[in-house]
Amino acid sequence: MTQTEFLNIVMPFKDKVFRLAKRLLVSTEEAEDATQEVLMKLWNNKSKIGEYKNVEAFSMTMTKNFCFDKLKSKQAQNLKIVHSNYEDKQTPLQKQVELNDSVNWVAKIIEDLPEQQKMIIQLRDIEEYDFDEIAKMLDMNNTAVRVNLSRARKTIREKLTNTHSYGIK
Amino acid sequence: MVLNNIEKLLEKYENGETSLKEEQVLKNYFKNDTVAPHLEIYKSMFDYFLVNQQEQFTKDVPLKTKRTFNYKWISVAAVAVLMLGFYFNEPIVDSYNEYAYGTFSEPEEALNELENSLAMISSHFNKGTSTVNYLDEMNKGTSTIGYLNEIENTTSIIFKTNK
Repeated sequence: MTQTEFLNIVMPFKDKVFRLAKRLLVSTEEAEDATQEVLMKLWNNKSKIGEYKNVEAFSMTMTKNFCFDKLKSKQAQNLKIVHSNYEDKQTPLQKQVELNDSVNWVAKIIEDLPEQQKMIIQLRDIEEYDFDEIAKMLDMNNTAVRVNLSRARKTIREKLTNTHSYGIK
Repeated sequence: MVLNNIEKLLEKYENGETSLKEEQVLKNYFKNDTVAPHLEIYKSMFDYFLVNQQEQFTKDVPLKTKRTFNYKWISVAAVAVLMLGFYFNEPIVDSYNEYAYGTFSEPEEALNELENSLAMISSHFNKGTSTVNYLDEMNKGTSTIGYLNEIENTTSIIFKTNK
């Protein structure tokens, strides 16, 4: 497999891998490293890529596992990954929306969710996978995904209403 | 009418029962700037999702092809070296054979030559054995050393009496 063939396979979902990694690891640098690692692993095993039924789902599962490993090792070191994306080098669109503070609240609320729910929100509401795919990626069953998703969405809504009505941040 | 529909969809959405299409409807609705006031909370949520969809991975991934050393080629090289060795050895072996077996044409001549060389070997051999005869002298010497035992006996007797 040549480099271009590999890139053609990987390109469509590399951003999704990155966003999932960022959702779990929070910091952009960590997420970039994780994505790089996952892609490198794919590249090193490129001879086996043909055997995978769904490379994208496989990569997402890989990302999930890799990030969990990372988080675990961080916990073992008694270090917490602190959100540290101080500078903002994002698109103008984000800047424009960032004027709206409540978007940041959403980010904070999602950050506080349990990891399982974080991932499901990420995969469903942002990446728009269907339930079967999510269930396969996360190694859960379909209903469990739905239940967790519903819980996560309700939590986000409740916390948002709270911040709106009481002004608690 | 539209609002009613949206509210219904939102309820389904919270229960995790919406399909991807219905979620798309919701997302489109909240993309607009004008949203019913009591649904404003949801707008920030969907805005957040939208913004996050745009984020991209920009870092380069160094895709180096791992150069695995192929041991197969070592054997190929070894075989090549061996073959070359045999090829260059052959003429030398030929000339040696010629030298070894091809000098005498007459069997009698060969016999004479053989006798001569054997005689030479035996004369040299005799020379060697004659020098070995000197070893007999050595033996004689060592047998005389045996008398030393007698001296030892006498000295032991002397020491005993001293005691």
